[in-house]
Amino acid sequence: MSSELKPRPTRDGFGEELVQLGYENPKIIVLSADLEDSTRAEYFKHKFPERFFNVGIAEQNMVGIAAGIAREGFTVFAASFAVFLTNRAYDFIRISVCYNDANVKLCGSHVGVTVGEDGATAQCLEDFSIMAVLPNMRIVCPVDYIEARKATRAIAQEYGPFYMRLSRAPYPIITSPDDEFKIGKASVLENGEDLTIISYGITVSESLKAAEELRKEGISARVINMSTLKPFDREAVIKAAEETGAILVVEEHQKINGLGSMIAMFLATSYNRFVPMEVIGINDEFGQTGKPYELLEFYGLDYKNIFRVAKELLKRKNENGFPHR
Amino acid sequence: MIEQKLSVKELKRLATEIRKKILLMTHKANSGHPGGSMSLVEILLALYFYKLRYDPKNPKWELRDRVVISKGHATPAVYAVLAKAGFFSEEELEGFRQFGSKLQGHVYFGVPGVEFNTGSLGHGLSAGIGMALASRYKGIDFNVYVILGDGEIQEGSIWESVMFASHHRIDNLCAILDYNKVQENGFVNEILKIEPLKDRWESFGWNYIEIDGHNFDQLFEALDAFTSNKGSGKPTIIVVNTVKGKGVSFMEYNHAFHGRAPNKEELEKALKELDGGDNV
Repeated sequence: MSSELKPRPTRDGFGEELVQLGYENPKIIVLSADLEDSTRAEYFKHKFPERFFNVGIAEQNMVGIAAGIAREGFTVFAASFAVFLTNRAYDFIRISVCYNDANVKLCGSHVGVTVGEDGATAQCLEDFSIMAVLPNMRIVCPVDYIEARKATRAIAQEYGPFYMRLSRAPYPIITSPDDEFKIGKASVLENGEDLTIISYGITVSESLKAAEELRKEGISARVINMSTLKPFDREAVIKAAEETGAILVVEEHQKINGLGSMIAMFLATSYNRFVPMEVIGINDEFGQTGKPYELLEFYGLDYKNIFRVAKELLKRKNENGFPHR
Repeated sequence: MIEQKLSVKELKRLATEIRKKILLMTHKANSGHPGGSMSLVEILLALYFYKLRYDPKNPKWELRDRVVISKGHATPAVYAVLAKAGFFSEEELEGFRQFGSKLQGHVYFGVPGVEFNTGSLGHGLSAGIGMALASRYKGIDFNVYVILGDGEIQEGSIWESVMFASHHRIDNLCAILDYNKVQENGFVNEILKIEPLKDRWESFGWNYIEIDGHNFDQLFEALDAFTSNKGSGKPTIIVVNTVKGKGVSFMEYNHAFHGRAPNKEELEKALKELDGGDNV
């Protein structure tokens, strides 16, 4: 862990890597719906103005045009706030991008309550859920600036529709440039045997802090960064179930059809032993104005609450008796 | 084969043949959209047998003109004309809307000659703009035609793309509006007025042409006017005045046949009418 590095928003990694990709690949086109300053797509605009369009405040048209260009053999990035991109342009993502299997990379910044002061309208809490139900769509959520650079490169190099979840809030740097990033592969950031905490985005670093606190009480928690949300790493989940016997999912996202519910369904249908689970996420409500960390605490996504819920989960596991140990 | 020019007389005969196919296909599938397909017949024939650059044996030919069917429900007409143009065998039309066939209910790119999947209205113009921009990036001069329904332009997304196309001077783009006056539940201008079309499109910076969409000579002239307009920086809209359900008396302007197939009795009556009439 390179804790000496300053936390940075993952959008920065996206914007910077996009420029690098622009130099390497003349077939990369970038579209923005007048938020390129906020999403960092403007870094690309400054270097490659002829391959960049600000389409105006018109997300549907942006996504439709992206699909049209992509069907002609280009790799098209379309960026906006996650709320406007995934919600406003949904039908275009469904038909023009996914049904047409267009090589479009949708990049939504400003996810989660940690958007902060802008409040509920801007805090995207359902993007993963609504993108996940679309066939052909794959989803990544980088955990820090470094991983955001790798994820941007990886989705550019892999054919097909992608949605990348990006932050405005600075995320602590918890990976290093040498770490491998592979679409579909989770990374174990902390090994442990008593339970597994699976998370993505900003709550991964909170989970690491919670694991540290748990260790002080003699509890060893595995922490997994699920940076590909669709398809998520089933092998890592099975291994966690098998080896730790309890799973806590933490997500800065609605719990309904979030990662917790998907993992629960997966385990219930593909794994023959009972695995007690807990999910910390947003409980079917909108966000609100506040400072990012204030909101993280209010919605129980901070390390103290993760620590508390982890201990409750462990109690349930022990009451049930961990069958295979 | 790149160009297949036919005489107007031959095209008129073909138009009747295609209309019969539309009726037979929808009747056999017991579903589909005959009304807005019957209105589109001459437009499609003028494109595929007069104007377009394409090679049915090489549907992905880089130099081809692109056609996006934004009114994606017009599959009976589209598939029948593509088969006639040689993209696939006419026997395959038998499978229209049947399980296991490529000929999906709404336009589907698994069918040779179909560029883009639609079916939710308001998508095709954006996609067509994307293709037209790609022509710039590739340095290949091809044209993009987007077939719009009249009711379709009630979708707000259409006007996002209308603004974009003129702002960015996309003049290798031609929208063709099948103005058959009728949408699913009645007359377009009674449900939500789309007029005045000329004022609206011109004020958005488009080159506006309005013609009789069942008249081949007018169609040829309008399509040629589009290509000679290239260089002006203006995208072109051709509003083609058509008749929903064209060619069959009880189907004309009848919104009931927007999304319903003719039954056996209606089919027989309709085929008889088409045999007797000089449909243009």
